[in-house]
Amino acid sequence: MSGAQRKMSGSQKKRGGWSWWYLLFVLQFAVMLWPPIYNRAEPSVMGVPFFYWFQLSWVLIGAVFTAVVYFAADE
Amino acid sequence: MNWIALGIFVLLFGLISWMGFAAAHWRKGDLDQLHEWGLGGRRFGTLVTWFLVGGDIYTAYTFIAVPALAYGAGAVAFFAVPYTIMIYPLLFLAFRRLWHVCAKHGYITAGDFVRGRFGNRWLALAVTITGIVATMPYIALQLLGIQVVIGALGISGTGFAADLPLIIAFVVLAAFTYSSGLRAPASIAIVKDILIYFTALVAVIVIPAELGGFGKIFAAIPAQKLLLAVPGPHTTGAYSAYATLALGSALALFLYPHSLTGILSASSGHAIRRNAAMLPGYSFMLGLLALFGFFVIAAGIDKLPEYAEGFKQFGNNFAVPALLLHSFPSWFVGIAFAAIGIGALVPAAIMSIAAANLYTRNIHREFINKNPTDKQEARMAKLVSLIVKAGALVFILFVPTQYAIQLQLLGGIWIIQTLPPVMLGAYTRWFNDWALLAGWAAGTFAGTAMAIAAKLTPTYPLLVGGHTFPGYTAVYTVILNLGVAILLTPVFNSMSAGRVPADETVAADYQA
Repeated sequence: MSGAQRKMSGSQKKRGGWSWWYLLFVLQFAVMLWPPIYNRAEPSVMGVPFFYWFQLSWVLIGAVFTAVVYFAADE
Repeated sequence: MNWIALGIFVLLFGLISWMGFAAAHWRKGDLDQLHEWGLGGRRFGTLVTWFLVGGDIYTAYTFIAVPALAYGAGAVAFFAVPYTIMIYPLLFLAFRRLWHVCAKHGYITAGDFVRGRFGNRWLALAVTITGIVATMPYIALQLLGIQVVIGALGISGTGFAADLPLIIAFVVLAAFTYSSGLRAPASIAIVKDILIYFTALVAVIVIPAELGGFGKIFAAIPAQKLLLAVPGPHTTGAYSAYATLALGSALALFLYPHSLTGILSASSGHAIRRNAAMLPGYSFMLGLLALFGFFVIAAGIDKLPEYAEGFKQFGNNFAVPALLLHSFPSWFVGIAFAAIGIGALVPAAIMSIAAANLYTRNIHREFINKNPTDKQEARMAKLVSLIVKAGALVFILFVPTQYAIQLQLLGGIWIIQTLPPVMLGAYTRWFNDWALLAGWAAGTFAGTAMAIAAKLTPTYPLLVGGHTFPGYTAVYTVILNLGVAILLTPVFNSMSAGRVPADETVAADYQA
């Protein structure tokens, strides 16, 4: 490892490194990437099968997660 | 011929054409400089960025093709929803870093960044050519979106007359992009989105009411289209295909030159992160729009004789126009079609600007004229934006539509191969630049071969130990790409021992 690289990884730890709030993003990815969770028709809401309303509601959940991370981890 | 719809369509098109030219004076800058013409001077705040990036990634073709896929193939089309859910954490984390470093060093393209970060102009060239080649068919598909709505308005003819409306739309687009640069699509995107939101909200309330509610609509959908097929033994079936399509599309999205252009034109890193929380508004709408495909099935519109001609000419892509024609009065159809048509102009303009920036910065300046003046550079970019659009127009007029769609599919597989140097490059300089180039070559070659083997469909049935894993080729090949880059990095580093890796950026450049 060269001196320049060492300096870089050191300063990365200080600024903008890992935040536990990012686990919300991990959760979001995990749920979306596992179709067996939501590939079902019941329970349906107002005639809309689970498959559709569940994924649509995760759009909103994802937006809330991002907002939470924005305020909690980065400000 | 639908005169009222046509009149409103032409009126709205005239309005946005005027806006496109007037935009040259908006947040005025010296358009003889490339970052002013090609990035709007990096002056767009949170709200304009929201419209611009939204107009950029939720294109007319998306609004036509996603419901068309739902209509034709059913539940799998809904992968667009997890896809657009996953792009925002990536935007929030990785591409914000990229914004900072690009603003700091005056980078305009991904090629600029890779050149600065890795000091290897051949790696930058690979990223540049991939970007341009992946963008071209995408522009052609936007023009296809315009073509479908023009056809649905009942404008028909033979030979040159049939193509005339598309050519007029193209000339207008080319002219205001030339004169106003990125300011034109940014200002038009605001009008376009108001029209799109209006159309989508009205349609998603009115049509289900006409059809007797969502319960009746979903009840009319055949069972095999309603959900993903449950995989049989020894295969992950539709599940792995669905998940990898969503993941691969998400990873690829912001690597496209036009997405990056939209991001880099933001005025601050805050604007980027706020947008990561606000842009899902579009995802929600896209999810609702996907359901339009089901509305078509439930209403039996594809069986009606008056739309048979359209379905014959445009295939499933005619589903949304037919649904709108069937369900709404002429004036509303005019607004809705204008929304789709203008929704094609915005991304087409940004794409041609992005491709022009790439050529000008990373091919022309790197290899042909090393010391251009600002004015020469801006003029070159304007010229290239014209050439790129003319190429797309010729393509869509003279080459079968199917080729544009297949090339766009290949484009997704190609563009994701720039992920290691661009997205991971925003985090680490660990990789050896030649190893990245080897990885890129391996991924591009394998991706193309696998796509051809899969008869130009997006998913490839990967066979491992008697189990089949059908998945998006882009995901499989970017893993190969990464593997090659990781294996070769220590090898190439040891061959050039003592050479200090070139990197004109420092860690602090990636932060606020």
